[in-house]
Amino acid sequence: MKRLQEQARGRDIGDNLIIRTAVRLLVPFIQLFGLYVIVHGHYSPGGGFQGGVILGASFILLALAYDLRTSLRFMSERTNAILGNAGVLIYTGIALLCALLGGMFLDYSALDRLISLGPIEWRSLGIFLVEVGVGTAVMSIMVSLFWDLGSGGEMDEGL
Amino acid sequence: MEPLLSEIVAKYNYWIYVVLMMIGFYAMIGKRNLVKKLLGMNIFQTAIILFYVSIGGKRGGGIPIVDKHAAMLHGVDATTVVNPLPHVLMLTAIVVSVSVTGVALAILIRIYRKYDTLEEDEILEKIGR
Amino acid sequence: MNTPNLHLYVLAAPLLTAFAVNLLGRVSRTWIGPLVLGALTFSAGGALMTLLHVLREGAFRYTIGNWQPPLGIELVVDPLSALMLLLVSAVALLATSSALKSVAHELPGREHLFFTLYMILIAGLLGLVLTGDAFNLYVLLEITAITTYGLIAMGSGRAALSSFNYIIMGSIGACFYLLGVGYLYILTGTLNMADIAQILPGLDAPAAIATAFAFLMVGLWVKMGLFPLHVWLPNAYSQAPTGAGAMIAPLMTKVTIYLMIRVMFSIFSPDYTFLAHAGIQAGIVWAASLAIMCASGLALAQRNLRRMLTYILVAEVAYMVGGVWLANGTGITGAILHIVSDAMMTLCLFLAAAAIIYRTGSLEFDRLNGLYRRMPVTMAAFTVGAFSMIGVPPTCGFFSKWYLILGAVRAGHPEFVTALLISSLINAVLFFRIIELAYFQPASDLSRSEPQQAGEAPLLMLSPLLLSAVALVAIGLGSGPLIENIIRLAMPPGFAP
Repeated sequence: MKRLQEQARGRDIGDNLIIRTAVRLLVPFIQLFGLYVIVHGHYSPGGGFQGGVILGASFILLALAYDLRTSLRFMSERTNAILGNAGVLIYTGIALLCALLGGMFLDYSALDRLISLGPIEWRSLGIFLVEVGVGTAVMSIMVSLFWDLGSGGEMDEGL
Repeated sequence: MEPLLSEIVAKYNYWIYVVLMMIGFYAMIGKRNLVKKLLGMNIFQTAIILFYVSIGGKRGGGIPIVDKHAAMLHGVDATTVVNPLPHVLMLTAIVVSVSVTGVALAILIRIYRKYDTLEEDEILEKIGR
Repeated sequence: MNTPNLHLYVLAAPLLTAFAVNLLGRVSRTWIGPLVLGALTFSAGGALMTLLHVLREGAFRYTIGNWQPPLGIELVVDPLSALMLLLVSAVALLATSSALKSVAHELPGREHLFFTLYMILIAGLLGLVLTGDAFNLYVLLEITAITTYGLIAMGSGRAALSSFNYIIMGSIGACFYLLGVGYLYILTGTLNMADIAQILPGLDAPAAIATAFAFLMVGLWVKMGLFPLHVWLPNAYSQAPTGAGAMIAPLMTKVTIYLMIRVMFSIFSPDYTFLAHAGIQAGIVWAASLAIMCASGLALAQRNLRRMLTYILVAEVAYMVGGVWLANGTGITGAILHIVSDAMMTLCLFLAAAAIIYRTGSLEFDRLNGLYRRMPVTMAAFTVGAFSMIGVPPTCGFFSKWYLILGAVRAGHPEFVTALLISSLINAVLFFRIIELAYFQPASDLSRSEPQQAGEAPLLMLSPLLLSAVALVAIGLGSGPLIENIIRLAMPPGFAP
């Protein structure tokens, strides 16, 4: 028993083993739930910001249970930056696209001229598309807030 | 005394939010430690959010989530559901609050690195010297 | 491209460029300059076309997403907001071309981060002048505020602490504004400005409406830096990086004054604002006069050029608040003309300060000796800006002060006239002090012994400076046509210039 404990301490797992295993099992489900919340913003409490925070929280949970470098392995800083910018560009891009196609800004029924599904259906679908953009941007902001504040900008252990 | 007491009891939720707001406001202005000022700002903003959300409440009102097809057939009776507009407005306010807190915390880290303390009077001493 | 959408393209261009700069600036720094300048040139051109369109065809309302008001978010494009749109985009373009150089000098390697925040700030300011919905105003106000907090904190020295104090004060202002909007929502059930204006006169809740008005006004006064709520302004604007200060100082306070005009006249009617509560109107003019005197007095005590300019800015804010609250057409005309001319004046002076600090590295008064020899063009432009601040014809500062004084005389507020005249004298003292140091003092031994970079600032910094100095004289000479054609249409109903 004592030898097992010494082995575990040497490998730096020790009493974190339960937390690490639980987090490793939970994080995919949390991310799936986050995506569910984004998509179901129409019919139940949810939407872009809420789902984005849940997605971001999954990465923060990884950083808390393991260490900052491990969570950086799952999503690098560069990917984070690109995802964040892409999220806002999706939102503004769809708004601009609606205006360029002849409607008003954010008037999703104008997108009917691209792929014809009916203007009312497009209003519902258009909101979903911008919510995806919002969710991605919020996720990347939450994660980068945690990384920068928790490690003081150096992205090393700190936590 | 009677009418004053009944005023307070009837609108107790508004009084609670006013008390919370004043606690947050006092912390923002009266405290010396920068983190306590930031927490005061958070309390102030949260009190305003609670105030707004409580505006929409109705006696006997239910959650404003309705079945899509029932709503398309019969319409929604506004007296049975709580007003959801303030909830949605306050989502935006919560996002603003989170962003300001994030920026403020990042600035606090810079201040700490530079002056090695987070008490306002010590920082002003170090600058003045 | 659809012409009715043009004002939103003007807004969308800086917003998209912000994120494009963030992505592409990481790859290579040379993308940032052309992207930023191209987007702002497009915005300025689009704003000019929007103004001409509005003058020809009249004001129009635009609903985002085609959701009908009062439920949808509405944008109001009338002569006043089109004029502000042109002003914001023109000032932003001039300030950015100077900022490109000073940011490369002060914050090497972080330009893409700086310009992301910068472009989002410009997009927020453009949105603020267009919006017609009270809660949308709060969101855009906070967007501009958060980016400003970030930009100011990027400076050196005391910048981080100044930015934190600005966060606390700015959040108080924005939360008070939010409370005011909340009270209006409880009273009227709608957030659209035109709709609230229709419902409010028929209500019977004088205490609640007065509280809503008080909260809205105090929130906006904190945000614009009206004395004595101004304590965050001098530190924040003088410690900011030079490129950011040159854009934030001219624009943020002016846009907030525009918002105050909107709240006073488009949400609450002029009758309510000026007549409903006896003594408030006169009291605020008295408070503005006091603010002008105190701020000018504080400016006399400063030893650093940028700090002195920020105290003068606080006094100018009080000019405009007093001018609007004079409650006659001449005063309001003077205030609106002063918004335009003060933005240009402040831009010219801050750009001159940026050029000086780029070449000599310091703005303390004892380092400004003999600057005329080394930077003649910069000092000439600075002199034009100084004359405009003092109020010397034919620069625009003279005409706007003339209207303000005339309005105060007509309204019977001699204290405001006294404050304006004394403030002009104090400005004269302040600026002639600097002009004497720069033109007539020989360069002191202190500055001669250190290695100096001789010569003017680079062309990218010099050309916006010269353009803004020329614009000061042009706006001054053209202020007659400006008032006739644009400002007369922008006045609230019932007032004439």
